[in-house]
Amino acid sequence: MGTMIAIILAGVFTNNFITVKTYGICPFLGVSKKTSSAAGMGIAVTIVMVLATLVTYPVYRYVMVPLKFDFLEIIFFIFIIASLVQMLEMIIRKLSPALYNSMGIYLPLITTNCAVLGVTELVIGDMSQFLAGASMNVGWAVLYSLFAGLGFTLIMILMSGMRERLNYYKTPKALAGFPTAMVTASLICMAFMVFTYIQL
Amino acid sequence: MNKYKNITLNGLIFQNPTFMLVLGTCPTLGLISSASSAAGMGLTVVVILTLSNVFISLLKNLIPNEVRIPCYIVVIATLVTFARMVLEKFVPDLYDSLGGFLALIVVNCIILGRAEAFANKHTVLESAVDGLANGFGFTAALTVMGIVCEFLGKGSVFGLQIMKFKIGIFASPAGSFLIFGISIALFVYILNLFEQHKRVKVNRLARENLLNTEAA
Repeated sequence: MGTMIAIILAGVFTNNFITVKTYGICPFLGVSKKTSSAAGMGIAVTIVMVLATLVTYPVYRYVMVPLKFDFLEIIFFIFIIASLVQMLEMIIRKLSPALYNSMGIYLPLITTNCAVLGVTELVIGDMSQFLAGASMNVGWAVLYSLFAGLGFTLIMILMSGMRERLNYYKTPKALAGFPTAMVTASLICMAFMVFTYIQL
Repeated sequence: MNKYKNITLNGLIFQNPTFMLVLGTCPTLGLISSASSAAGMGLTVVVILTLSNVFISLLKNLIPNEVRIPCYIVVIATLVTFARMVLEKFVPDLYDSLGGFLALIVVNCIILGRAEAFANKHTVLESAVDGLANGFGFTAALTVMGIVCEFLGKGSVFGLQIMKFKIGIFASPAGSFLIFGISIALFVYILNLFEQHKRVKVNRLARENLLNTEAA
């Protein structure tokens, strides 16, 4: 129970992917102009993160490490993620065209998203600080990736709300676009810095 | 020769991957709180980007158009795996300070972007020059922001203590975002000023020419 709470808090607040680890900044800056598309992107990334961890963690732990080719992890992981995304796109297009129209356009972008490769690399590394004494297994890895994805979605939605409001204000020419978005993101990060003082 | 000058200037200034195209933001924001890790990241990307551009340019006639992106990713992932082994063996300090961002070079948009936008249409030499120019554009941007960020955050530059003060916010992602945003704004502002100045000069020359021809 304690481990579960520690992992949830770490994923969403104390080790948030955007505000603390700075993973997945491209979609964060690129797809956060409207709340609906930001939420769609966030959920799509979360689903891919969970599925990718579900596949890569067992493959790494039970196949690659015993057979001693764990040094090829980057090539294997990126291939697993790319094929997973392609498969997910096909399945969604077949099963639900409406969902495909609202979410499918983000799927190809997710292959080259740091957050997905980042989480698969994180869970095979040293996770002892989040585990509160428990030993690492597939369940914790998937739980961590789920809540890291939800933390990502939370920041995406917060950011898109702020950017929608910012559209009504005049900004100097040089500051328009990315610089304003970065300063906004900086304010969100400052607000989230409070959570880094939580000791798990 | 003019062609290579254009490629170099585009990579370094007019299409600078960090300031003008805003690509590869994750390692930028994650590493500029320390100047030496920012510079180390930049130099690693220079090597990988140049090699990937060269290999993809060499292979451009062999790679089928439909599956080109997976092929590029394999080339890049192989290079990153090599770079990781080399850094772990010979520069362990840098390996530790880059942390997870070393593996994430695979999904750095600059490298895939240059492969897709440049290397698959140009000769090997041009692609190599383009890789070097873009890589050093990225390195320069990261190093400058790293120096500013580290000085404000820790009072040191490249690990050397200069002044005894620190503003904690600049050692965290919040400060990195702030410095990155302000740097982009400044870069665009200076470039605009420079271009206006050039345009004013061109206008003045044109007017003088016109006056001269009218006088004649």
